[in-house]
Amino acid sequence: MTQTDTISKFDGGLTLVAYKHLSTGSAISSMEQCKQYIIPLQQHIGIISQPLVKKGERVLKGQMLAKPGNMISAAVHSPVSGIVSDIKQHEVPHISGLPDLCIFIENDFKDEWIERHPLADDYNQATSSGLRNIIRDAGIVGLGGAAFPSAVKQTEINIKTLILNAVECEPYISCDDVLMREHAQEVLTGADIIGHVIKARQCIIAIEDNKPEAIKAIQSAIDNDGTGFFNIQVVPTIYPSGGEKQLIQIITGEEVPRGRYPAEIGVLCHNVATAYAIYRAVYLDEPLISRITTVTGHGVKQPQNIEVLVGTPVSACIEHCGGYTESSDELIMGGPMMGFSLNSDTLPVVKASNCLLVTAKEENRHKQKHLPCIRCGKCVEVCPVRLLPQQLYWYASSKNVDRLIEHNLFDCIECGCCAYVCPSDIPLVQYYRYAKTTIWQQERERKASDIARQRHEKHQQRLEKIKLEREEKLRQKRELLKKKSNGNAADNKDGDKDNKQAAIAEAIARAQAKKVERNKGKDNENKEPG
Amino acid sequence: MLFKQTPSPHIKANISVQDMMFKVLYALIPGALAMMYFFGWGVLFNLIIAISVCLITEAIILRLRQHDVYHTLMDGSALLTACLLALALPSLAPWWLTVIASVFAIAVAKHLYGGLGFNPFNPAMVGYIVVMISFPLEMTLWSTPMGVNAGWPDFSTTFNWVFLGTLPVKETIDSISMATPIDLIKTQLSQLHDITETRNNVRYSALFSSISGTGWQWVNLLFLAGGIWLVKKGVADWRIPTAFLISLVLISNLFSVIDYANNSSAMFHAFSGGTMLCAFFIATDPVTASTTPRGRWIYGASIGALVYIIRNWGGYPDGIAFAVVLMNIAAPLIDYYTQPKVYGDPNR
Repeated sequence: MTQTDTISKFDGGLTLVAYKHLSTGSAISSMEQCKQYIIPLQQHIGIISQPLVKKGERVLKGQMLAKPGNMISAAVHSPVSGIVSDIKQHEVPHISGLPDLCIFIENDFKDEWIERHPLADDYNQATSSGLRNIIRDAGIVGLGGAAFPSAVKQTEINIKTLILNAVECEPYISCDDVLMREHAQEVLTGADIIGHVIKARQCIIAIEDNKPEAIKAIQSAIDNDGTGFFNIQVVPTIYPSGGEKQLIQIITGEEVPRGRYPAEIGVLCHNVATAYAIYRAVYLDEPLISRITTVTGHGVKQPQNIEVLVGTPVSACIEHCGGYTESSDELIMGGPMMGFSLNSDTLPVVKASNCLLVTAKEENRHKQKHLPCIRCGKCVEVCPVRLLPQQLYWYASSKNVDRLIEHNLFDCIECGCCAYVCPSDIPLVQYYRYAKTTIWQQERERKASDIARQRHEKHQQRLEKIKLEREEKLRQKRELLKKKSNGNAADNKDGDKDNKQAAIAEAIARAQAKKVERNKGKDNENKEPG
Repeated sequence: MLFKQTPSPHIKANISVQDMMFKVLYALIPGALAMMYFFGWGVLFNLIIAISVCLITEAIILRLRQHDVYHTLMDGSALLTACLLALALPSLAPWWLTVIASVFAIAVAKHLYGGLGFNPFNPAMVGYIVVMISFPLEMTLWSTPMGVNAGWPDFSTTFNWVFLGTLPVKETIDSISMATPIDLIKTQLSQLHDITETRNNVRYSALFSSISGTGWQWVNLLFLAGGIWLVKKGVADWRIPTAFLISLVLISNLFSVIDYANNSSAMFHAFSGGTMLCAFFIATDPVTASTTPRGRWIYGASIGALVYIIRNWGGYPDGIAFAVVLMNIAAPLIDYYTQPKVYGDPNR
């Protein structure tokens, strides 16, 4: 069950100092409620959700504030009861740093829930589509960091194996670890619900070998379950084994074909925290309004895991954890490898916020200026996708789009391994992101100009057609006039005679044709009765 | 509270270009000491001249290019070029030869192409080739190794020869220098004396030892030791030296099996001349080598084959520099055609 010798390996990867112990010393603590919550309408991959409430309206805890914008989108709910004080643009935690539409809720501290209809153990009798609707309406997205709407993933039905991703390979982050320690049973129930929806035959819970207590907790929950549906797979601690594709490679030995979904090789991956959220949505009928977040780093006084309501300002979380230390330096949402730094702590915690990392000044090794690439190839050794980062860097610097695409820029998962090992301190991921956005932009512009060009061409064609038609009409008119004048001129000659003769010949031919037809008809009538 | 923002990842491995360059320099020390022991003061003079000229040239050019002189000098790359060049040049090279090679290596081969990371050819080898082509006679001036006849000349003789071009009255350049084993065998073979005959000849027998040349075998063994340490430290790539040595050994073994009398053994080739220096310190120069995993095998093996060809049939004392520079030319092409198949590629 917990053997590690039967599993595969992905290429590259890093062994990093974990710093997990900073935040795993205490139990998950609940946060006191705040006065105001800021709920961004775009907390997921896909289309922004559409607000259902108006400014000044009173909302209850768990009430849907915005519905999914289309198929790939997610609902958002009110974390507390209170008044919608505003709906406006506000800075949101996103890598782009751009503001987005947010709903502001003024807490009335009554904590009044909407009416709930928990399914409890009845989920076994529910249909797949029924459960999927609950999951969709609860606004559940992948809580590992990607925030892809979970219900969308579960529309695939040809799945043999459900992989529960409890790898948590980024340093510092421990929210999944403590979740499993404290809520193993609920996590399994959540996984069972997912398994029920997608009709999976087995569920493999993948945990890195640096979380012995979580492994123990899950194992004992599995022993209690006794159905044989669940299995633990302990995986070695190598970054980024928690990447979906890398984990699938470790567990199944297969690579997800490029540009396809894992479902095509019979696998579906969900994060443990997502399974727990699904448990709460289905079993307790609680939409996704809170999550467990690791607040950690050497720049915060009391690192710990907290259960935090979505929309809570980051500053409140830090305050709950004793505040910043004097040497605090950067504020990062997510892990140190793939997280992004925030410019302010007034931003809210969102569904995808698995970690708030505050670094200390002495830890920062980033240099202002990087050295040239010496092509040492360390990046090649660590790339889990088998890219050639040094070539991509070269072509990204020279903006050589063709070569970038030839060298598979778009297969880059931005895990940061290359930049981590780069002896020249080149922010490689930054270069790739920039190159990707530039190419997308060019593509968009090309499409837009294509459309414009097509419209212009169509317009030209229409003009041409009108012109031709007009000319044709004129020509016909001219011809008619010419004929008329010709006819008039020929009146006195034999032309007129010819016309008359032709008309007579035609009339005779018509009469004969009619005759033949009539005779045929008679023949048929005679034949039919016989 | 407001914070500064930096791109991810927010942590960094404790590694730097400077660190890598200095590790390579440390790894050179055992082999360099062996060279000084066996070939005398000339090796030290070469190092002193090459290091000072390379650093001064680098500083001037950095100044002209308006770069940060101090920090760039401290990256160690010019120092490394100087050391590799100095160790490749013959121990009795006159001072101006080393100066010309050093200036050419740094000014032309490195900076005219854009400086560190942008040079297509190994600067030390380009410097070496320039003087090799221009001054072939001076490029054969290796001092008599320790253990052969009277050994290398003393300090003042060497100093006067290298810096002033003068020798004591009773000495000639031929009396203080000696051909390298590779060179000797080549000239003897051209005079129809086969290898066994050459090795047994009283005049030359002291030049040869159990593995290869007297002195040379220890120099190569210690460069090998330093190289293995470098590979273990993850500074040098292991594929290039492995491929290079396998290819050189296999080819030389093949020929010596076919015709023992006229072809030196594989061991002789592996531990003669600049073989180990090339394998671990020159061919592995990351900037000018192939960077893909498969490409490095091809690159290393091709250098091995070229070294053998040039040593055996070429007109030069050793084939390292030409082999490396020829493959430098091919490196971008090799890289282009040896891209690994990425994750999930259907053609894998």
